[in-house]
Amino acid sequence: MAWFKMSGRKQAETADSDLWTICPSCNAHIYKQEWETGLKVCPKCNYHARISCTERRDLLIDSGTWKEYAAHVTTSDPLDFSDAKGPYKEKAAAAKAKTGMKESVLTGDGKIGGIPVSMAIMDFRFLGGSLSGGCGEKITLTAEHAARHRWPFIIFSASGGARMHEGIVSLMQMAKTCAAIARLNNLGVPYISVLTDPTTGGVSASYAMMGDINIAEPRALIGFAGRRVIEQTIKQKLPDDFQTAEYLLEHGFIDHIVNRKDMKEFLHRVLQYGKRR
Amino acid sequence: MPLDFEKPLEEIESRIDELKKLNEKADVNFDTEISALERKLKSTSKRVYSKIGPWETVQIARHPERPLLRDYIQGLCSEFLELHGDRCFGDDQGIIGGFATLRQHRVMVIGHQKGKTIEENITANFGMASPDGYRKAMRLMNLAAKYKLPIISFIDTPGAYPGLEAEARGQAEAIARNLTEMSTLPVPVIVIVTGEGGSGGAIGIGVGNVVLMLSNAVYSVISPEGCATILWRDGDRAPEAAAALRITADDLKSLGVVDEIIPEPVGGAHRNADATIEAVGDAIVGQLRRLKKMSPKRLIDQRYDKYSKIGRFKKK
Repeated sequence: MAWFKMSGRKQAETADSDLWTICPSCNAHIYKQEWETGLKVCPKCNYHARISCTERRDLLIDSGTWKEYAAHVTTSDPLDFSDAKGPYKEKAAAAKAKTGMKESVLTGDGKIGGIPVSMAIMDFRFLGGSLSGGCGEKITLTAEHAARHRWPFIIFSASGGARMHEGIVSLMQMAKTCAAIARLNNLGVPYISVLTDPTTGGVSASYAMMGDINIAEPRALIGFAGRRVIEQTIKQKLPDDFQTAEYLLEHGFIDHIVNRKDMKEFLHRVLQYGKRR
Repeated sequence: MPLDFEKPLEEIESRIDELKKLNEKADVNFDTEISALERKLKSTSKRVYSKIGPWETVQIARHPERPLLRDYIQGLCSEFLELHGDRCFGDDQGIIGGFATLRQHRVMVIGHQKGKTIEENITANFGMASPDGYRKAMRLMNLAAKYKLPIISFIDTPGAYPGLEAEARGQAEAIARNLTEMSTLPVPVIVIVTGEGGSGGAIGIGVGNVVLMLSNAVYSVISPEGCATILWRDGDRAPEAAAALRITADDLKSLGVVDEIIPEPVGGAHRNADATIEAVGDAIVGQLRRLKKMSPKRLIDQRYDKYSKIGRFKKK
C-alpha cells in the first residue's frame, strides 16, 4: 500500500530565488508572479504542481460560503508507533506545525456556483497525504453529513496511500470510507472523485476510484502498486506514461482530465445533472 | 522444514522417532523413555511457543506446510462446486470460490489460494490476486446475495499482485469496488485470516460482519520487510517493523479489527493441520448460527458500525 516512496518531483516552492520558480517537471524558469497567477501550473509544459488544501478550496468554493466540518478530529497513535527516526507522535506534531492542519484532509461544506456541496480535500504536505484513522474518520463523518443534507460529496485526493504508522487501523479506513460512499450511492447522493498528483496505494484502492465521475488533473500519478515495486518484483519494463492520468483515461478508469483553471466550471456542469429532482 | 526457533522441538521429535524404530526391531523396550520424551516435547513446545515474538509469528504464518484454502475446503465441506471467471477478462487462480456445503450449511466460499508446489504457486501467483480475482470474488458474493447464502472468505495472501497488467486492468478499482459493494451485502459475511493478511490484497475480500483470525496468522497494512525498507531504510530490520506494526492476532483483537481468535494447536497449524481445520470449522459454524438469525438490514448496519468504529475519534 504505502510502499511508495514518492517520485523525484520536488515542490516548486523550494526552488530558486525570489523572482523565479523552476518547473519541477520541465525545468523551465517561470516568473514567480506568473506561476502564482497561473495556479501553479507550468505555462510551458502544463505540469500541475501540488497545491495545499486551502489553495484548492479557495479555487473552488464560492467566497464566503465555506464552513469547516469535523475540524476537531486530529491524529491519534493507536499503535504507540516508533521507527528509526523516532516516535510517530513527534512526526505528527511536526506535520501539524508545518501545515497548520490537524490531519491530512480538510473537510467542510460550501457552494460551487451556488450549489451546496460537502468536500474533503487531501493535502500531500501532511505526511504525504496519508490515509490514517483521523483522515478516514473525517472523510466518513463528512460523507455522513453530506448524506443527511443530501448534498453532493466531492473528494480531492492527494495521497501516497495508507499511513504505515497507524498500521491496520489505517488499512481499515479503506473499508470504512467505502462503506460511507456506498450509503451515498443507496441514497442517490452524487459523489465525485478528483484524483490529483499523487493518488496511489490504499487511497486509489478505495474512495478515490469510486466516484460516480472520476476526474484527474493532467499528468497526475495514479496507481495502486509503486512503480519501483513493480519493476523489482515483476522485472517488467514499464511504459513511460505508466500510471499517469492519461494512462488511466486510456484504460477506462477516469472520465475526464481537467485543467486546474477549468475545474470549478467542470464540477458545476456535472453537479447540474446530479441535482435532486 | 523446521523454523530456526523450532529446532529444539525437531531434535526431540527425531529422538522419539529413533527410539520408536528401535522398539520395533530389538527386544529392548524404550516405552518409558519415549513417554518421557513426549512429555518433554509438550513442555518444550509450550515454552518455545509462549516466547515467540511477532517476527517468528510472521514465519509461522508463511510456513509452506500450513493448511491452505483447498485443505480447509476438503476438510470441512462435503461438497465444493467451484465457479470460474470474472465475466470480464479471465479466471484468476489467486482467488478461487464456489458453492460449498460446510458441515450441513450451504454457503459461498471464496478465498486466496496459495500453492503447495512450485507449479501450483506459479499458477496461483503465490496467492497474489489480480483484478480478475477480485472481480470474480465480487461476482460470487453478489450471487450469494441473490441466493441468500452466507459468505465465508478465507484470507491468505502476501498482497495484491503488483504487475503491469494488474495496473492496466485496474487493481485499485477492483479492490475499491469490492470494499464498497461488500459493505452492503444483505447476507452474513464471515472473514477468516488463516495465514498472511497482506494489506489491500487482504481487505479486498475482507469486509465482514465478523473477522476471525488463527492465533499465528498476521494481518498488516504493509509487509514488515516493506515497512523496514521505507521507515528504517533497511529491509533487514523487518523484525523491528513487525513488532512496531502490531500485526498479531492479539494485537488486532485489542485494536477492534478481529472479533475472535481461533487458537492453533501447540506447535502451530503446520504441525497439526487436521486439528486446525476442525477448529476453524467450529468457529465458522458458531458464527453462522448467530449471524443467520440477523435480518439483512441488521447485517448491513452491524457491518457498517464495525468499520466506522475503527479509528473513531474520541474527544479528550
